[in-house]
Amino acid sequence: MTRLRRTLGVVAGTVLALTVVACDAGSKAGSDGSGGGASKSGEDALSVGLVAVPASLDFTTVDGAAIPQALLNNVYDGLVKLDQNGEIQPDLAKSWQVSDDRKTYTFDLVDNATFSNGEKFTADDAVFSINRVMSDWTISLKAAMDVVQEAKALSPSQLQVTLKEPSNDWLYRMTTRIGAMFSKTGVDNLATKPVGTGAYTLAKFNRGDSIALARNDDYWGKKPFFASVTLKYFKDATALNNALITGTIDVIGTVQAPESLAQLTKDDRFQVIEGVTNGEVVLSFNDSKAPFTDKRVRQAVRYAIDHKALVDTCWAGRGTLIGSMVPPTDPWYEDLTGVYPHDPEKAKALLAQAGQSSPTLRLRLPSLPYAQSCGQVVKSQLAQAGINAKIDTLEFPAQWLQTVFTNHDYDMSIVAHVEPHDMAAVFGNPKYYTQYDNPRVQKLFAAADTGTEQEQADDLKQAARTLSEDAAADWLFLLPNLVVAEKGITGLPKNAIAESFDLTRLARS
Amino acid sequence: MWVTVLQRTAILAASLIIASVVVFAVLAVLPGDPARVALGVNATEEAVVRLREQFGLDRPLVVQYADWAGGLLRGDLGTSYVSKSPVGPQVADRLQVTGILVLASMLVALVVALPAGVVMAVRHRRLSGLLLSAVSQVGVAVPAFLAGILLITVFAVRLRWLPANGWTPPAADPVMFLEQLTLPALSLGLVQGAVLTRYVRSAILDVLHEDYLRTARAKGLTAGRALVRHGLRNAAVPVVTVLGLQLATLLIGAVVVERVFVVPGLGSLLLDGVADRDLLVVRDVVMVLVVAVLLVNFLVDLLYVAIDPRLRRAR
Repeated sequence: MTRLRRTLGVVAGTVLALTVVACDAGSKAGSDGSGGGASKSGEDALSVGLVAVPASLDFTTVDGAAIPQALLNNVYDGLVKLDQNGEIQPDLAKSWQVSDDRKTYTFDLVDNATFSNGEKFTADDAVFSINRVMSDWTISLKAAMDVVQEAKALSPSQLQVTLKEPSNDWLYRMTTRIGAMFSKTGVDNLATKPVGTGAYTLAKFNRGDSIALARNDDYWGKKPFFASVTLKYFKDATALNNALITGTIDVIGTVQAPESLAQLTKDDRFQVIEGVTNGEVVLSFNDSKAPFTDKRVRQAVRYAIDHKALVDTCWAGRGTLIGSMVPPTDPWYEDLTGVYPHDPEKAKALLAQAGQSSPTLRLRLPSLPYAQSCGQVVKSQLAQAGINAKIDTLEFPAQWLQTVFTNHDYDMSIVAHVEPHDMAAVFGNPKYYTQYDNPRVQKLFAAADTGTEQEQADDLKQAARTLSEDAAADWLFLLPNLVVAEKGITGLPKNAIAESFDLTRLARS
Repeated sequence: MWVTVLQRTAILAASLIIASVVVFAVLAVLPGDPARVALGVNATEEAVVRLREQFGLDRPLVVQYADWAGGLLRGDLGTSYVSKSPVGPQVADRLQVTGILVLASMLVALVVALPAGVVMAVRHRRLSGLLLSAVSQVGVAVPAFLAGILLITVFAVRLRWLPANGWTPPAADPVMFLEQLTLPALSLGLVQGAVLTRYVRSAILDVLHEDYLRTARAKGLTAGRALVRHGLRNAAVPVVTVLGLQLATLLIGAVVVERVFVVPGLGSLLLDGVADRDLLVVRDVVMVLVVAVLLVNFLVDLLYVAIDPRLRRAR
């Protein structure tokens, strides 16, 4: 009897000890915040649910939309920034002049900005930041800075940048992460300790879970309403919706399952904001590989797709039909949705002419929600024109990048190209995964960058039309920007066309 | 007894070495280049090659393995080349979260299974026993993540009694901690409880017909006291075995349930690591899980000997 008790005592004791140790350990995790803000707090705190999880905080060496979405315009400021209409606006640069040959930019900088490490922001920091893109950054976007000949400080509040040749694209790219201003003494630990001049500073980064931001009380501009903002990351669209419904978060930054919107709109606690993004969902073709080397096959695929029905079926009717690689917020947008109207008979005829009456094509999809659901619709629509699409799914990003992007081992794929002004990147480089090689279009892209603004708009409009007519790919739709928030939260961005999710204008009324 | 301990320790050590080789090898052949994932679309081939060098991925696999395994032996889990921060503290942090979740689930499972199993055994020919038996059969068939989704739909979304997801450290807000722990612990624990109930039932049924119980009754104990004093201990051996196995199942089940409830535990760290091709983090987390499972089995082996003196004498 006593032995039984002793044994049970030992077992119970062990379990108890384990529990105590774990609880104690858990609280340690708490003090350095393994959990993050799960419950939303008072009036001046805000919790925003997002989807793309940053692996690190260093966007100079780690690519992806997640890091600039969280940090740009919030923790880091640029010289210039993009507004909701896609226009370039002053930020750390109060104003700027462009020389007549359009190669020299002179920026007048604000003189009251300080970095979160206490250093004052001067033209030297701007020179340092611009040069550092070329010397230390590793992500491919850094190429946008290659056109810079020289950056120099004329005075602590005046910066001069000279370009090798005129470039319309350069100033635009300065609104993206490329243009973020770093402190000369604050770049030692970018992956975990970002130092910027922004309205918020980093309070806590819990990888894979959340980023906590605190209002920067020394901010040089208008101080934001919320004293603390928590960006909370959800990999699952349902979990994200549930968090809003049960009050764990106040805002869904980007709705990933538009079919679930109905559930949220009928709840009168919430408001829904709908706008556009830069995310063209492209049904891409391997343009240098048979049978897509034959224009008639490419055209047949475009005729076979019923875009309206597609977006109604797989993206709950949310999203804009585009017809080429330009979102409606770009100055060179033109409605090209009528170039290839839905016509399965014509598609069949074109295939017959090309000697490909019932081709089998591999549709290799990334493991992303829009690609998975829309891929099925594409497959069934293509079947009606006699095209047999064989679907397989590749884990995104790793496997998709390797197979489709690097090895070009695919016939068709579906992916959203979310970078702004990315028409030239996707279709101007024959080595890109689309393998599209059209010298005429390449010439237009080159001329657009060096020409005047008007010439740029004309050239790009022509390029977009050529791409559409030549059926370089099919453009399924433009991803919508869908924000759901508690009523009373103001300043939410209607369009998501900049790289950042701007938290500085949000307020609670 | 000590012979057993030594034997088990040797087996544990050998299993760990084999596991580390397998974990390393499997991840080495995983498709997807970590450097390319970090650099993203448009990255030039030269940039990818340069980053692979920085990551140390260009070294021979044997060297990479020795580097990693050597670090593990010294208790150094290395520095993630994606997040550029040491993996050890991250894993320790997440392990605590997962540990709390697993222990809480275990508690739920025991609280459900012990009484239910005993009732089912004692009344196995009556309606109440049969009904419980049917319920537990259903419970065995439901995967934990589905139980989680159902619990969220009912208790969080419809009734709004509990938060749908999230995690708060116990020290930060104990009430919120318990509220958020309840649903994930229930979804893991109820399913495991259902499985455990079946074992408790059959273990009790076995001992009910043993001679020593009849003797105990003959000595004047009531049926209940005889069962508690003599039956439970004998029934405990198979139940402890299953508990050990279940702890392993719970650890793995937590990976999925953490995803459903957005709990920042080892599981979410593992899945993020896989997505980012942060191979070091993936290897470390898998190794930690392997160590945990092997250790549990090791402890269960030792517990047998403690519970059942016959095993001690046999050695």
